Amino acid sequence: MSDKSSSNAYWAANIRIITICLIIWAIVSYGFGILLRPLLSGIPVGGTDLGFWFAQQGSIIVFIALIFYYATYMNRLDREHGVDEQ
Amino acid sequence: MDQYTLNLLIVGASFALYVGIAIWARAGSTAEFYAANRGVNPVMNGMATAADWMSAASFISMAGLIAGVGYGNSTYLMGWTGGYVLLALLLAPYLRKFGKYTVPQFIGDRFYSQTARLVAVVCLIIISVTYVIGQMTGAGVAFSRFLEVEVSTGLWIAAAVVFVYAVLGGMKGITYTQVAQYLVLIIAYSIPAIFISLNLTGNPLPWLGLFSTHTESSMPLLQKLDQVVTDLGFTAYTAQGDMLNMFLFTLSLMIGTAGLPHVIIRFFTVPKVADARWSAGWALIFIALLYLTAPAVGAMARLNIIDTIFPSGPQEQAVLYDERPDWMRTWETTGLLKFEDKNGDGRIQYYNDKAAGFAETAAQRGWQGNELDINNDILVLANPEIAQLPGWVIGLIAAGGLAAALSTAAGLLLAISSAISHDLIKDYLKPDISEKGELMAARIAMAGAILVATLLGLNPPGFAAQTVALAFGLAAASIFPVLMMGIFSKRINSLGATAGMLVGLISTCVYLFTYLGWFFVPGTNTLENIPANHLFGIAPASFGPIGALLNFATAYIVSMVTQAPPQHVQDLVESIRVPRGAGSATHH
Repeated sequence: MSDKSSSNAYWAANIRIITICLIIWAIVSYGFGILLRPLLSGIPVGGTDLGFWFAQQGSIIVFIALIFYYATYMNRLDREHGVDEQ
Repeated sequence: MDQYTLNLLIVGASFALYVGIAIWARAGSTAEFYAANRGVNPVMNGMATAADWMSAASFISMAGLIAGVGYGNSTYLMGWTGGYVLLALLLAPYLRKFGKYTVPQFIGDRFYSQTARLVAVVCLIIISVTYVIGQMTGAGVAFSRFLEVEVSTGLWIAAAVVFVYAVLGGMKGITYTQVAQYLVLIIAYSIPAIFISLNLTGNPLPWLGLFSTHTESSMPLLQKLDQVVTDLGFTAYTAQGDMLNMFLFTLSLMIGTAGLPHVIIRFFTVPKVADARWSAGWALIFIALLYLTAPAVGAMARLNIIDTIFPSGPQEQAVLYDERPDWMRTWETTGLLKFEDKNGDGRIQYYNDKAAGFAETAAQRGWQGNELDINNDILVLANPEIAQLPGWVIGLIAAGGLAAALSTAAGLLLAISSAISHDLIKDYLKPDISEKGELMAARIAMAGAILVATLLGLNPPGFAAQTVALAFGLAAASIFPVLMMGIFSKRINSLGATAGMLVGLISTCVYLFTYLGWFFVPGTNTLENIPANHLFGIAPASFGPIGALLNFATAYIVSMVTQAPPQHVQDLVESIRVPRGAGSATHH
């Protein structure tokens, strides 16, 4: 295992990316899909509004993108900090 | 060939496939039994996790729930997918690095306490058993419908099939049978949806069909649907819902997903820490193939049903009862679809007789109450019949529904059996048990759990949806918070975690039992389950996040006023945070 400061920097970077991903996760589902839907009602999508699309499909697509982005990002971060599995 | 023989052939062929795989993959050692020797690649593991995750509730019930309410039930779509983001980011890689077999093992080691571990075992057994009762009940109903036998007979057939492949095969058998089950269920779900989408919109992709133009009326499909349902006094399909309960219920399903032991256990079976992250992503892709189709299935089925009952549109006369289509006759025999000619005109009037604003219109048209009662749960199973698809598609959807119910039941049973044989017997009651004896204990535990679930499934404690909601709420309130705190905080100690789990578990149980009956016995509820009685307007099914919050708060406060965890535990937390050094599983 690498030294203490590098390991702290690795964990701080991980916490930062998790926070960013979870903010996006919350905005697309709880935000656009539920609480902010009235604000988005002016944007039409296939016979209804953007909030409806986010609630029924959009949020799921964003969830998948978030997980794959996080996995790719962390693989790079693991190597940069020398903590990847050899 | 008649429909009954065809159903029998298709369902029989799919079962022969699962059992064949289970026998082919018979587990040898305990390591193989629990975790398939960690040799499962992320794509396969993702597919098996998807089959494990999508139960009778997702396959049979969800599209019907969405069809009945519309936008308001989008909570199921977001809630049952969003939990995978939490799993991939907050739990899966660290639990894989930890490198043990079970969730209670992690809790016991991280919180250096047998008491914490035992509390976790209790939570796990309560969550999994309640969940598996629902699955066995669902499988029993599906068997009885398609094989035309008594519900109880169907349940025993389901129990026998689960017993054969779960007990003989262990995890490896389950992983590969679940890959096969995933393929069966996704094909069965997609084919009718594609045909129906083509019929209604000309678009072969149901995901896009939902937002396309309805060919017959040249209107967008969802606008057409809003129009026909409001013409019958129902709330518009795309209308706004109750924000507070939508928010909390979605959160409960998401956190519950990330706290379900049988889902978490999946991520112990991948070869590397990096693979645990990818596995969650692959699982969600395979789940999304069904979840993106489900809202289209719901909306289109609602439109098709109204179109069947009002062939010339809701403004015109309803269909004559004597001229009703065959699928209505078939389902009437199950009692899940009922007709009552209240105004004696021989026609089937289907409308919302509870809407005050619509009463006048109904009276003008000579209607004296809604005459058709359709159980939402028949929607997906009846869908191919409603759209007049060929007989083999009807047989296929039966095989798919059963695959969904049985695969989830098997995954839950594995989680229960490993908690009992490994956490309770091997590490607590009888540490000197041989490997062979432990394997035997795991199989006996599994057989015992199947028996208990089947017996309880004969007289289920309540509606399946209530039972499933309890499982999710409990997982959200008990398991998820301590796992997360165990990884992200070094300060949380054994006393804090144990107190947190107990507070989360007990508060959620009490809130649910207060409104739904004590231990789900009907009629024993303290307060009537109506919104006016709910604390701050929170529905029982939405209570999970509140329980989780109480769990977090209790664990934090108790930990802060007591001693910090010992150094070796803080070192353990340091080590699970980095992927390097994740070997194969250590037994102890």
